[in-house]
Amino acid sequence: MKNSHEKVEKNVGLFFLFTVFAISIGGLVEITPLFFQKELATPVDNLKPYTALQMEGRDIYIREGCSNCHSQMIRPFRAETERYGHYSVAGEHVWEHPFLWGSKRTGPDLARVGGRYSDDWHIAHLTDPRSVVPESNMPAYNWLNTNTLDGEITGKKLETFNFLTRNRSHKDENGNAIPLYTQAEIDGAKDAVKGKTEMSALIAYLQSLGHALK
Amino acid sequence: MSNFWNIWVWVLTLGSLVGCFLLLRMCLKNFAGVEEGESMGHSFDGIEELNNPLPKWWSTFFLLTIVWAFGYIALYGLGNWTGLLGWKSSNQGILNIAESKAKTLEYSLKDSGVLVQYDREVAAADAKFGPIFEAYAARSIEDLATDGDALKVGQRLFIQNCSQCHGSDAHGTTGFPNLADKDWLYGGTPEVIKETIMNGRIASGMMAWEGALGGDQGVKEVAAYVISLSGRSVDPDLAKAGKAKFALCAGCHGSEGQGSLALGLPMGAPNLTDNVWLYGGSKRVIEESIRNGRAGVMPPWKDILGEEKVHLISAYVYSLSQD
Repeated sequence: MKNSHEKVEKNVGLFFLFTVFAISIGGLVEITPLFFQKELATPVDNLKPYTALQMEGRDIYIREGCSNCHSQMIRPFRAETERYGHYSVAGEHVWEHPFLWGSKRTGPDLARVGGRYSDDWHIAHLTDPRSVVPESNMPAYNWLNTNTLDGEITGKKLETFNFLTRNRSHKDENGNAIPLYTQAEIDGAKDAVKGKTEMSALIAYLQSLGHALK
Repeated sequence: MSNFWNIWVWVLTLGSLVGCFLLLRMCLKNFAGVEEGESMGHSFDGIEELNNPLPKWWSTFFLLTIVWAFGYIALYGLGNWTGLLGWKSSNQGILNIAESKAKTLEYSLKDSGVLVQYDREVAAADAKFGPIFEAYAARSIEDLATDGDALKVGQRLFIQNCSQCHGSDAHGTTGFPNLADKDWLYGGTPEVIKETIMNGRIASGMMAWEGALGGDQGVKEVAAYVISLSGRSVDPDLAKAGKAKFALCAGCHGSEGQGSLALGLPMGAPNLTDNVWLYGGSKRVIEESIRNGRAGVMPPWKDILGEEKVHLISAYVYSLSQD
């Protein structure tokens, strides 16, 4: 009797190909169909594009690595929704590039942190977390108070988001995509953020989180 | 999910299960040309290779995982088929809270054939805790403030939601009011405390006065007068000049600096005569407050916590300043 498995065992290239195929099946079944599901690419009713200042704040959030310790993904468990609010749904995140869901919670989830604290609290907390939460192990980010934005590429960031979301934006009555940002907003982006501190940008971003699902 | 992706999921899933089974079956066959347990004819340093099959316990468990997979699919579904349980973790694809509530209601009916695990979890908790909160909600805040159990619930909610600003002992910190003393900005009656938590205090804030006071000198004068109001010693000439300019401040803080609460006004302007300072009482900080203004904000909590929980937190906060 011939052992056809021997072919795979004696041919490392073929073995490699079969291995890649075998471990990709899970992804092919669970992930690929999601890309083509309409309900997962439809923005929730109240989703609003980030303002120029919020967009800069979001980039500071990415730069400082906030998503290493804070998730933005409330899971559908009562223990989570009691603390953070309604669980996250796909339509809230369709304009996010990249997603900032995170995968680790050294600090709390921030998906609905907007409006939970005052701006003053965020300033105190980001400048010196222990001043308001004594047991906190979050680092201080006091340089955000002194770094200012020049807004040189803010307009480009908005343009890029128009491009990235072109198939997922709201539609007008004729079914045409409505771009996230008008030309006037793109042109005015620099002036909207120039001279503002990074602190104010980051807080503007944080205060915008979680209001889309109403 | 469209038909194509439905078939995609079914074919790949069942295909890989069948593939696993065939692979196992092939590996259980004896291709070696010698009897099971006999020597393969190799010997290294006196260690002989025998033609042993895969361990029975291992191949049995492998088979059982395949059987388990079919049972799992039957209960939880595959592709567009929801399975015998009609199980879903949550309602995705919703576009607003109203839709979310409508779906929860729709699937909560016995004959809907859908089991949303999150909704079941919440319904079970509501059935258990709902009556407790309801009973508390029916009682007055003054009454709850003397009920040890109610206060424990209120304190727990306070620590989870309020302590980040007001501190875990509710004594506040710079810029965030102490709730355990008898000094109030908007009022310390049960009704006002509840109103403050429910709707927040968003429109509050003090404007920057440096311009209107004619620059730095004006700020220093008014600061000296404000410090004198709580009986501390100051440069009398500065304070005198400041008193003349204090008319600008009287609209909110009152002509004697007694605060908006004493005047029955709703803007939360502090009493300046009691030596209780929200942002600090040093000359430097008072001058800073006058120069740049203050923008303290209390967020509204009714949408986050709901009235029943706010009612209990109100009772806890109210109890802190009762003797």
